[in-house]
Amino acid sequence: MAVQNRRIGDQLWVRRSLIGLALAITLIMLVIPVVVIFTQALSTGWSAFAGNVMDEYTLDAIGLTLFVAALTVPLNLVFGTALAWSVTRFRFPGRKLLITLIDIPFAVSPVVAGLLYLLLYGRNGWLGSWLSNYDVQLMFSWPGIVMVTVFVTCPFVARELIPLMQQQGSEEEEAGVVLGASGWRIFRKITLPNIKWALIYGVVLTNARAVGEFGAVSVVSGNVRGETNTLPLHVELLYQDYNIVGAFASASLLAGIAILTLIAKAFVEWRQSRAEHATPEEGGA
Amino acid sequence: MSITIDQINKNFGGFQALKNVSLDIPEGQLTALLGPSGSGKTTLLRIIAGLESSDSGRILFGGDDVSQLHVRDRNIGFVFQHYALFRHLTVAENIAFGLESLPKKQRPSKQEIRQRVAKLLEMIQLPELAKRYPAQLSGGQKQRVALARALATQPRILLLDEPFGALDAKVRKDLRRWLRALHDEYHFTSIFVTHDQEEALELSDQVVVMSQGQVEQVNSPTGLYARPESRFVFDFLGHVNVLSGLVKGQKLVQGDAWVSLPGVRHDQEAQLYLRPHEVQLSRSPAAKARLPLRIEAISLIGSEVRIELAPEGWQSDEIWEIGMSHAEFARQNPTRGELWYAVPDVGHLFVADSVQPRTIDWQYTEAANASNM
Repeated sequence: MAVQNRRIGDQLWVRRSLIGLALAITLIMLVIPVVVIFTQALSTGWSAFAGNVMDEYTLDAIGLTLFVAALTVPLNLVFGTALAWSVTRFRFPGRKLLITLIDIPFAVSPVVAGLLYLLLYGRNGWLGSWLSNYDVQLMFSWPGIVMVTVFVTCPFVARELIPLMQQQGSEEEEAGVVLGASGWRIFRKITLPNIKWALIYGVVLTNARAVGEFGAVSVVSGNVRGETNTLPLHVELLYQDYNIVGAFASASLLAGIAILTLIAKAFVEWRQSRAEHATPEEGGA
Repeated sequence: MSITIDQINKNFGGFQALKNVSLDIPEGQLTALLGPSGSGKTTLLRIIAGLESSDSGRILFGGDDVSQLHVRDRNIGFVFQHYALFRHLTVAENIAFGLESLPKKQRPSKQEIRQRVAKLLEMIQLPELAKRYPAQLSGGQKQRVALARALATQPRILLLDEPFGALDAKVRKDLRRWLRALHDEYHFTSIFVTHDQEEALELSDQVVVMSQGQVEQVNSPTGLYARPESRFVFDFLGHVNVLSGLVKGQKLVQGDAWVSLPGVRHDQEAQLYLRPHEVQLSRSPAAKARLPLRIEAISLIGSEVRIELAPEGWQSDEIWEIGMSHAEFARQNPTRGELWYAVPDVGHLFVADSVQPRTIDWQYTEAANASNM
């Protein structure tokens, strides 16, 4: 196999050292740390691990993390789809600018995002001071956490959909409308099946980031144990309390979610490539 | 159902895609919108369909103004250039889509829809492909499915955007013939867009030639080919040989070349248009013309031998092309590099900046001269 792939002039040592280097970096930078997380978490045995995970505050943190993800994902699903739809199906002034603006959350450090929200919605912020007149407090409680998580993860779905929808064009939808279908029927029967796998891929990425977000959440959360503590924040708190095993136990949960995400991502990618490469059969006209 | 297009204007940003276009499409006929890319033909088709709105003007179907009617309610069939089949639905589901989209009251029963789809599959001669997905079909099959899907709701108007553009030559010919037969059987009013003059002339009852957002000429294929009314239509309907020069003493002269123009008196600039079948080749110049040309290439494939020639001692923007029958070719045996003389039978003269040509028939004038003597 390897011999068959060789081109004339390829030198064996170049090939071997490049592959070796890539493998070594992957091992040192990625694989070993993940393995260490699990070994550390289990270093004092399964029962200690279970005890750490079943700890009241840890359970609260897990609950809040899942709750935030459960709100963030559908919000960004709708937002991302609407955004991708509008920039690929309509022509309007500022469209290019909008496509660029979508990437702001990727370009801005999450901590800065958190601070911006704090400035705007905090008790002394522009909007926050007005809201506090009505006894609405967004920062240092779960709505704030959801808001920054939505901000940080909002590009994922749109970023996945825009290139696909651009490539597919709007001809199928036009064909649908000429045939008399309602807007909802076109979306359900034509658009949605066409973007399904990209949408799921976007959701997987959004979910992974929503669960793992630290920087922005840490600014607006206030770190109240059992109330505004998400799992990543909880890991840090435990670590600062010198509860190393507890910190690693919680970290292993996050790592576990990450691995599940990778498996889901690989599966979706496989399905997507299969859908795209459905081989056309030869045949006369 | 007849279609009336009444003073349609359309701008895209600063670009005027359609300039005051008015047209009558008679009921039951197959009309071709012919033009180069950017001539506005597809835009006009999309405005008729309602996929695009016009800036001003009206569209009437059978006398009723439909300008404000949504595409959904116009009940037209539309065939897209790249088929636009629903890739996640099977062939049968694609064809059934229009019927299933009808409002509940008009929608046929499931059983009836199945029968209608089976009938349409029969009509496009692909009943065995009902359960296939579009990606599993060849180009020609996709195009037929697209047609069946457009016809499922029995529209009175069928619009086709470059229907055969993406197909190879042989499939295209088959499908053309098949569409013509289908049209003759069902008698809907059809408009199709094409940039292929051969396709337009072969398939349609009426050809609308468009250029730069305007209608250049409307006529039957025969009428159009016999009497092109402008330089543009000439250039667009296949190859044309041009001699530009000065008219002097009833002769059009340029360099070593000249053509006699009986009856043309004014001295002025002019262009003579000669189509490949209106010119003959001879080894010596004739009394009515001296057009020296050197043979550059000979193409034998087709019902006629096509000879490409370059001017010798005069200028032409484009290469000359002259047709010769295979029998004549065998007799005369022209070879590449030889010097020959073009002898026109019929020509079309554009004087200075006049729009319409004046047709000159040397055979006729010769015959007239002969009988006078």
